[in-house]
Amino acid sequence: MNSYLLEFLVVAIGVIMLLWEAFASPKNKSKLALIGAGGLTIVLVILILARNCEAWTAVPDWLSRFYTTGGYSLFFKSFALISTILVLLMSYDFRSILNKYTSTDNTDSNTGEFYTLPIFACAGLMWMASATDLVSIFVSLELVTITFYVMVAYMRRNVGSLEAGVKYLILGALSTGFLVYGIAWLYGAIGTTDLAKIATMELTSSYPLLFGLSLIIISLGFKVGAVPMQLWIPDVYQGAPTPITAFLSIASKAAGFGVAIVILQPFLASDSIGGNVQLILYIMAAATLLYGNLSALAQTNFKRLLAYSSIAHAGFLLLALSVSDFQTIKFYLATYLIMTFAGFFILNLIRVQDNSDEIDGFDGLGKRNPNLALALTITMAAMAGVPLTAGFWGKLFVFKSILTEPLPWPVIVIAFVAAAAGFYYYFKVIRAIYWHKPANDKPLIIPCISKYAIIILTVAIVVIGVYPIAIECLIGG
Amino acid sequence: MLTLALILIPLLAVAAIFFGDAANARKIALIAAAANIAVAIAALSAGCSGFNLNVLSDPNINLALSVDSGISMVMLLLSVIVTLAAVFSGSCPEGREKLWFTSTLLISAGAIGAFISTDLFFFFAFHELALIPTFLMIGILGRGDRKEVAWKTTIYLAFGSIVLLAGLLMIADQLGSFDMTQLKPVESHQNEIALLLIIGFGTLVSLFPFHSWAAPAYASAPAPVSMLHAGVLKKFGLYGLIVVGYEVVPDGMAHWLPLLLVLLLCNIIWVGLVTINQKRLDLMLGNSSVMHMGYIFLAIAALVDNGSSFATQAAVLLMFAHGISIAMSFCLADRIEAKTGTLEINQLGGLAKNAPSLAFLFGLVGMASIGLPGLANFAGEIMVFFSGFEGWEPADGLGPLQITTIIAIWGVVISAVYMLRAFRNIFQGETVNRTEKVNCLSRDEKIPAILLGLILLIVGIYPQAILQFLN
Repeated sequence: MNSYLLEFLVVAIGVIMLLWEAFASPKNKSKLALIGAGGLTIVLVILILARNCEAWTAVPDWLSRFYTTGGYSLFFKSFALISTILVLLMSYDFRSILNKYTSTDNTDSNTGEFYTLPIFACAGLMWMASATDLVSIFVSLELVTITFYVMVAYMRRNVGSLEAGVKYLILGALSTGFLVYGIAWLYGAIGTTDLAKIATMELTSSYPLLFGLSLIIISLGFKVGAVPMQLWIPDVYQGAPTPITAFLSIASKAAGFGVAIVILQPFLASDSIGGNVQLILYIMAAATLLYGNLSALAQTNFKRLLAYSSIAHAGFLLLALSVSDFQTIKFYLATYLIMTFAGFFILNLIRVQDNSDEIDGFDGLGKRNPNLALALTITMAAMAGVPLTAGFWGKLFVFKSILTEPLPWPVIVIAFVAAAAGFYYYFKVIRAIYWHKPANDKPLIIPCISKYAIIILTVAIVVIGVYPIAIECLIGG
Repeated sequence: MLTLALILIPLLAVAAIFFGDAANARKIALIAAAANIAVAIAALSAGCSGFNLNVLSDPNINLALSVDSGISMVMLLLSVIVTLAAVFSGSCPEGREKLWFTSTLLISAGAIGAFISTDLFFFFAFHELALIPTFLMIGILGRGDRKEVAWKTTIYLAFGSIVLLAGLLMIADQLGSFDMTQLKPVESHQNEIALLLIIGFGTLVSLFPFHSWAAPAYASAPAPVSMLHAGVLKKFGLYGLIVVGYEVVPDGMAHWLPLLLVLLLCNIIWVGLVTINQKRLDLMLGNSSVMHMGYIFLAIAALVDNGSSFATQAAVLLMFAHGISIAMSFCLADRIEAKTGTLEINQLGGLAKNAPSLAFLFGLVGMASIGLPGLANFAGEIMVFFSGFEGWEPADGLGPLQITTIIAIWGVVISAVYMLRAFRNIFQGETVNRTEKVNCLSRDEKIPAILLGLILLIVGIYPQAILQFLN
């Protein structure tokens, strides 16, 4: 058996679930989420146990042009699996809202595909992590994007969800156009789409090459939510079902950065055009940081806040990308996964119980449920980058590498201003938790899965904050 | 391991209070604060090996704790003493015990951690630990315009921290290590780093013109928070300038010396005049604490100018004395408000008749903060003024530092004006409406004030008690 079979295994799980879904009784379709999560957990275990075995990681010749098990593929594959598992678990707790907007009688008769689609997206994400050719990157990227079109618009009786779906579809199609067009120019300029070959080539700077690269970078900007392709983020995040928002903001963004690393690595390393690529990247990063942080200041909806915050985080990640500090990107993404999922699990709870995703929905949480309030406080502190939480280290490493490189000082100043602005809007949530009176005294019932997920993620935030070596061991040095 | 215990004790107590029964909160906090004093004394007298845990390999960051340096020892003593007093002080509103005592202990743990860390990262990070509890305490349980004040304070402190972080990262980048025991002057960019440190640390210590958060914050915060913040946490910036700033960028600091002199004079004279004008006791005390930071900056300026270890001693002694005296002032001011329901100075009067021991203790700390000989602040202030003239010959003529020192001495007069006037208006004369039916301090209320007052007296008579650590 070979490691590339894992992707097939994931697809097989998805297909079997679809078949089962077609014949199952309409009562129990949400159980599919748990089955899917279980299946993916098995895949994750196989991936981790067999990662160092040589026969396992070998790639047959017919596939080697398109597929690698080296580089950062292991990290991004585990990342895809873990986030999909968490998304499926979150979806299970989200089922009451989903049922309300998909059927007339509040049953889960129409929700089967919702729990199956993330599995296919996961297969796409895993392929993407291993892709080494622009063509295979494009194909796997589209597999992911197309499943997302469906998932975003899944709550078809909810106008917000439909609007989000249309926006995502149109802008996604646009960005796909950019990507294909960019790949075409790149191929025209250097005569190959094989990235391994590009890495060994003497690259010379030419306008067609730079034009192609710019187009590719812009379309990757769409995936990660960077300026100038960030406009879709707030509306789509707000309208999409909450677990899918989490999926978009974590797995899809991470995959975008995984692909960006693979594609841009040879160009950033090249003497002739590395400087130009770097220039594009840090200008995008600075604009993204400003846009994300300044727009977040005025938000009153928690989901939109998380949307702008995800734009802001993309800005920091782009800075790390521009100075070729890929290790930091891995670290940042790993901590980002933990804290963002913690935030979304809590939001999911409030959404299901109080039907609200405004920041006001957290009013008086400190009184209603002090433990949940503590968890959210720690999560928000981590997102703001308060030291001794996981979120601080990623920012610290980014600052350290941009000061070491060093990037031009206006970019550095923008990065620091952006980090400081973060304190304001994340603390707004903490303020709502403790300062305001609760709108209702209804006790919050925390379902079992959410409860343990939140506990584990919050503890991880604190442990990694104090002892970051823990996560370094996990993601590899 | 003793050094680690210093941080773990308050943190474990926080966990115990948060998950335990609210009725036991005060008891647990008291035990933790008392235990910490015992551990601190054991660590200082017996001497103890440091603690070191590698938390990250690249860059190499360690959770390294040690109390080997004299300044750390003094600051540690200050932290644990004020913590104990703070836990005793103030009156916690019904049903808020958990928030009250966890926040107090978290701030204390942050301060202690910052002072005994010997790794630049944890030095910075522990200080930040206090940010959220301060925000919550002011925002939820503060007085007056509490929400506005909490925002303002947090934004100022976050701004200062970020600027500081930039400076520290530039240092770590050049030195190639975060280890504070191996600090040495950096090769390049001294001026830029020094400016970042002065602004960063300066904001945290309320250096003019970044001082406007401090007085409202202390006036609004519940007593334990203002005691810990004004008394202990604020000294972090001064500690940082001496321990990191002067070691790493001495030339850069010298470059900005003229600017620093002007700013510290503004702290003393400008803020001093503002203080005279205050109508409320809490705002007056808050502003006076900002004003007194100017003296310590003066000692740092003298250190930069003539490099004498005398200036360091002066700075540290005054940091200690000021920490104790300002904590005691806030503790007593809180009692005045609890008993009379107001801190408006002109609504009070004749309080000494019904509350003689309150009047005595407040008088004692008032005299200390003016700088009356025999009390700790005097020893510190006189050393600061002497350090301005350390190594100076009359033939040299007056330099900027000497002129600044001479002007700064007038600050003592300003202190006397506002402090004596406040004392007269509040405690002397006929009793008024508000002070007619007031009881004197109960035993529990006296404990923290007497503890702090005794220390002021002991250090005032025998400053060597503190200075011995610095030789």
